Amino acid sequence: MNFAFLHKYASLMHAYRLSRTLTPWLAGLTLALFAWGLVSGLVFAPADYQQGESFRIMYVHVPSAWMSMFVYVTMAAAGGAALVWKLKLAEIVARACAPLGASFTFLALVTGSLWGKPMWGTWWVWDARLTSELILLFLYLGVMALHGAFDDRRAAARAGAVLSLIGVVNIPIIHFSVEWWSTLHQGATVTKFDKPSIHIDMLIPLLVMIAAFQCYFFWNLLVRVRAQILEYDRNAAWVRELDLPTRA
Amino acid sequence: MSGLDAFLHMGGYAVYVWTSYGLALVVLALNVLLPRRAERAALAALARRRELGTIDDAQA
Amino acid sequence: MSGDVVAAVLRRELLRAARNQAEALHPLLFFALVILMFPFALGTDSALLSRIAAGAVWVAALLAAALSLESLFRADYADGTLEVLVTGGAPLALLGFAKALAHWLLSGLPVLVLAVPAGLALDVPGAVLGVLLATLALGSVVMSLVGSAISALTVGLRGGGLLLAMLILPLYIPVLIFGASATANAALGLPVTGEIYFLAGLVVLAVTLAPWATAAALRIRMS
Repeated sequence: MNFAFLHKYASLMHAYRLSRTLTPWLAGLTLALFAWGLVSGLVFAPADYQQGESFRIMYVHVPSAWMSMFVYVTMAAAGGAALVWKLKLAEIVARACAPLGASFTFLALVTGSLWGKPMWGTWWVWDARLTSELILLFLYLGVMALHGAFDDRRAAARAGAVLSLIGVVNIPIIHFSVEWWSTLHQGATVTKFDKPSIHIDMLIPLLVMIAAFQCYFFWNLLVRVRAQILEYDRNAAWVRELDLPTRA
Repeated sequence: MSGLDAFLHMGGYAVYVWTSYGLALVVLALNVLLPRRAERAALAALARRRELGTIDDAQA
Repeated sequence: MSGDVVAAVLRRELLRAARNQAEALHPLLFFALVILMFPFALGTDSALLSRIAAGAVWVAALLAAALSLESLFRADYADGTLEVLVTGGAPLALLGFAKALAHWLLSGLPVLVLAVPAGLALDVPGAVLGVLLATLALGSVVMSLVGSAISALTVGLRGGGLLLAMLILPLYIPVLIFGASATANAALGLPVTGEIYFLAGLVVLAVTLAPWATAAALRIRMS
């Protein structure tokens, strides 16, 4: 199959133009999804009979945790594409994913802690999920630290790509070993984050919030990528002739 | 307790719930603002280079 | 042919270690020092020390491995050998494997030997000591292999050894968990076959994948 038609989209110029076109729509969609999710989650979803109103933290915690994993895989995939096909756009995407993913991971940890405190009485528990999430934060910070240690932008992105590929292979191993370690030291406690069955009125806002976070990610990624593209291609003809926006 | 009061009170878990949502708002907002600032800086640098006519320098 | 490359690299590393014997002892001294910290930190109650002993030995081994990795590629990077090897088309994956093997011989294996008196000093019970050594033997191989890839990735960067340690410790966690869990089980008289099998699996995975990661890392650093 001839993949030549895809080459156009790997071009930085087209990516820039695509980003400019799409971001307003993605912004609108993100805000709409957040509005829907927040209203249905905070106002209309019935309170949990065990946890009361505190379960509403779930609507921020679960999407954050999901995104923290999704973004790492995206970062590793983009990194792989950058290494194998030497795509500049892939390098840029991979690098942009790191701070975003770290933000989601941080959010997942803090909201997890805030959710757990009223339930278990402590700010931190060595629960398998939370501990895995904490390790994931260190993996993200490691990629960001590696990026920062290079002067050459492209080498930085490619080094980060190798590290995130090593990380993505390790993540299932780490997760499995942390589960193992957790049952060793706590016995088989079912965490409150594991809801075996969830009422449909509670589930729909959750799905909407996950969609909202996902949409936010794509929007934010496109915005982050734009500034980098201008730097990568600073001497290209299309950049020289670019219409600069009149407002600052 | 009126509807709004009950909403803000969150069944006694107000601190936890609102801190979570507030923090989420801060984190997501920062992630929107900082890249925008970076883009503005990149565009400003581009405008400067055009003015100075140094757009052909060989830095890649 | 590939055996020649590995042998050549090994010979060079061992020769370099023989010439700088003081420096070659650093991982051992560091390991011993970390072990020493524990009684100072926790007191000399032998019951307590006995409980934390296996964990302490593991942590010390982990830190010694993480910090001794920085010098793996440093000299070759500094004197230009690395550039010659990469641009000259040397088999980098084999080079990576050989470097990892050298690291294990010069750091992992000595630490393994030193773990015996260290464990005894911390009152590790006899049955547990055997399991500790077995898991350390397997774990140290994984640590050398994975460590060599990260070492290649960070060679010559600002941030140096601390950056390397920061990147490597999360990746060492599964090894630590299985090793420590095995010794904890051994202390209770429970079977440790599960942990041993997982560690062996990690060894196989590391031997297969790490050299390629090292090769990719070297190419990026030398580009």
